[in-house]
Amino acid sequence: MTAGTLARMAEAPSNAAGPDAARLATEARDRVRFEEEALGLSDQVYRVARHLASSREEADDLVQETYARAFRSWRSYTPGTNLRAWLLRILTNLNIDRGRRKQRTPQMQPLEANDYYLYDKLAESDGSPSDEEKVVERLSQDNIVSALSDVPHDFRDVIVLVDIGDFSYQDAAQILGIPIGTVMSRLHRGRRILKRELADTFDEDGVNAADQEEST
Amino acid sequence: MTAHDDPCAHCEEMMQPYLDHMLSDEEMREAEMHLDKCAWCRKRYRFEESLRIYVRQAVSKDPMPAELKEKLAALRVPLD
Repeated sequence: MTAGTLARMAEAPSNAAGPDAARLATEARDRVRFEEEALGLSDQVYRVARHLASSREEADDLVQETYARAFRSWRSYTPGTNLRAWLLRILTNLNIDRGRRKQRTPQMQPLEANDYYLYDKLAESDGSPSDEEKVVERLSQDNIVSALSDVPHDFRDVIVLVDIGDFSYQDAAQILGIPIGTVMSRLHRGRRILKRELADTFDEDGVNAADQEEST
Repeated sequence: MTAHDDPCAHCEEMMQPYLDHMLSDEEMREAEMHLDKCAWCRKRYRFEESLRIYVRQAVSKDPMPAELKEKLAALRVPLD
């Protein structure tokens, strides 16, 4: 049965079927519409999940469980509100419940000492000063994915939602169930931690490359 | 002298909310007035913005596996 058939059934219920049939048809049509809309957002949900979870496999599981739960409890979604945020709320709750996130002690190195540390690291790697726009290209995709996964989860959650998922501070606060001020402070510190992790990952890459050169 | 002791510290505090478009019009003007005359802060803002765009592009390259998409569609509740 297609959405179009359902729509026609809802608009013109047969007299014999009565009001119950009309109600059921309307409900079925709403459910199909919800499912299609939710599936249409799956790429965006996956992109966020991929970096909230610690691995690709965990992200796959989380997304499947999120959609299974969403399809079961579609009635609790209010049409016209932010469906992507609603789905991500389910996903982040599942992620917390399962305790699947890497439980790491937040890095307490003196991050505040020099917030420009990463730029210096990248710029000095080829011995010449560079454009701010160009210098970031010295980081590989692996550097970034690895550094992001090393950011402690409380900080990573807000970075992933705001910087990758494009959610507002307000949406991120609702999704994570924390005050907006906490979103802002975690974001601020989280971005600093990410920069430190990027510098460390970049350093390790450099060391590995040097080791390989020596051994050949 | 570190960046925190110098007069650019306030501009640095505004950097994150500035890039997130969370400043009021007045604060935005204040930040821009400083940026107009301070090459050091301009450099920091530019780096921060470039990094953010680059990170976002890098992590978005990992597409959702096609099999996962099929599995999600199969989770739909069948109509009676």
